[in-house]
Amino acid sequence: MSWLTDPLGYGFVVRALVEVAIVGVSCGAIGAYVIVRRLAFIGDAISHSVFPGIVIAYLVGASILGGALVAGVVTALAIVAVARGTRIREDAAIGIFFAAAFALGIVLISTHRSFQGDLTAFLIGNLQGVSIGDLWLSMATAAVVLVLLMAFHKELLLTSFDRTLAAAMGYPITALDALLLILLTVTIVIGIQAVGIILVLAMLVTPAATARLIVDRFVPMMLVGALIGCLVGLVGYYVSFYAGIASGGTIVLVNTALFLVMYVASPSHGVLAHRRRSHPQHSALDAAVDHHGAEGPDPT
Amino acid sequence: MVQGADLVIRQLNAGYGAGDAIQDVNLDLPAGSVTAVIGPNGSGKSTLLKAILGLTPVVRGQVTLGGRPLDEQRERVGYVPQRELVDWTFPVSAEQVVMMGRYRRIGWVRRASQADRLAVVDALRTVDMEAHRNRQIGALSGGQQQRVFLARALVQDAAVLLLDEPMTGVDLTTERLINELFDAFRASGGSVLYATHDLETAADTADYLCFLNRRVIRFGPPKETFTPHALHETFGGELLIVAEGGDHVHLGGHHGAGHDHEAER
Repeated sequence: MSWLTDPLGYGFVVRALVEVAIVGVSCGAIGAYVIVRRLAFIGDAISHSVFPGIVIAYLVGASILGGALVAGVVTALAIVAVARGTRIREDAAIGIFFAAAFALGIVLISTHRSFQGDLTAFLIGNLQGVSIGDLWLSMATAAVVLVLLMAFHKELLLTSFDRTLAAAMGYPITALDALLLILLTVTIVIGIQAVGIILVLAMLVTPAATARLIVDRFVPMMLVGALIGCLVGLVGYYVSFYAGIASGGTIVLVNTALFLVMYVASPSHGVLAHRRRSHPQHSALDAAVDHHGAEGPDPT
Repeated sequence: MVQGADLVIRQLNAGYGAGDAIQDVNLDLPAGSVTAVIGPNGSGKSTLLKAILGLTPVVRGQVTLGGRPLDEQRERVGYVPQRELVDWTFPVSAEQVVMMGRYRRIGWVRRASQADRLAVVDALRTVDMEAHRNRQIGALSGGQQQRVFLARALVQDAAVLLLDEPMTGVDLTTERLINELFDAFRASGGSVLYATHDLETAADTADYLCFLNRRVIRFGPPKETFTPHALHETFGGELLIVAEGGDHVHLGGHHGAGHDHEAER
């Protein structure tokens, strides 16, 4: 077991592992919403829009995470506002805004060549460089995100599943959308520290998608997603540590590998299980499920 | 059990942008009544329901329940959406969907109480779905899914039920069950307003028919309104067959309700 414990002698390894666990849990949990509400593109947009915030904060000497948060929240609110209008399709509008924001970051960087090395860390993540201060900040923000997700669980679930009923019941849909996107933004900003702007999307989508292949309920999907995000993150970090390869990329690839395995072999939703179930006389999967389900409660 | 009240719609104009989808709608739905809204695809049936719910922008006019604006008492309206608009892959069970009808009553941040859970089981039993309460909604048949949404409307303890094409894509058992529920709801003092393509059943079971084609063409008891003339005025060329005596009426084109919605956007 020394291969497991030896690296723990290094302070930077312990800090990286704790950071990976925090990011894995928070991204995996909120990822359930990213999946069911099809927010992957919006999540990508937010993570890229954070870039100019980081650059500007760097240039004026302000807190980098603070800059990232401000830029991300502004983007999230802009998306909510645009989604209310009808003139331009939402995806087109988001594409325009986030490319522009990212371009602004690149232009700003090009005026200050000396900072490029540090800023690269935000593009691909910098787990080795996580400080104690970063850890506390990540932990506190992740805790706030998780508590708010729990507190507004009913309302967020209802607006995700049936916006019409939520609106008819008088729930403030736009405010709830904004809340979810702000929580998503905060989660993305924490995640960027670990795996970078480009790969944080995978932390949001992949563990939650894998969880969906295993469970059929929303809260279990959040819990399993968080567990997968955390465990796979730790495994990925160890692999990168011993192989001497980029940690962010390795974590994402291990996540992808697990997803592919479950996609094929999940007992409830895997390709193999579907094939086994769709017997010749019930060609459609629906028919098969219906037939078996009529006898009693779903085993899941 | 139901705190019934009269639903009154006055001079309602609603829709998106130029040319309101529905115009000058006036309806009086007394407590303890069932009203069927009928009209061709794109005639504004969904828009009317959504305008009452406050989901489609109301350009002019007002909706009151028991003399007070409906806006102030949204919790008294239960709603069953068109089947096409539901994401059936969503990871929730039948029971969880029904529980959503209680959310307003439970309140922000708080969790469901024992009483809420009992109400949910009760409603599931009413629609004969108790045995399937733990199944993911996508694994249910069309009729079973519709019953789950009916149960959700029931646990709201609403005074008014609005349903968009509740009979579309359901089996005969479910259709019969829906009609029984309407009867029970009416008997307890509540009122029902539903959009439908099934003219025959509507004429047989509803207290009032509302012929809609952007405007109200006719409104009143089936005996007075269910005439070839009203049908022709409402449906125009879309109506294919009106058999002798007006007993068998079928619509031209497809019964697909989903088109309605898009046409009204």
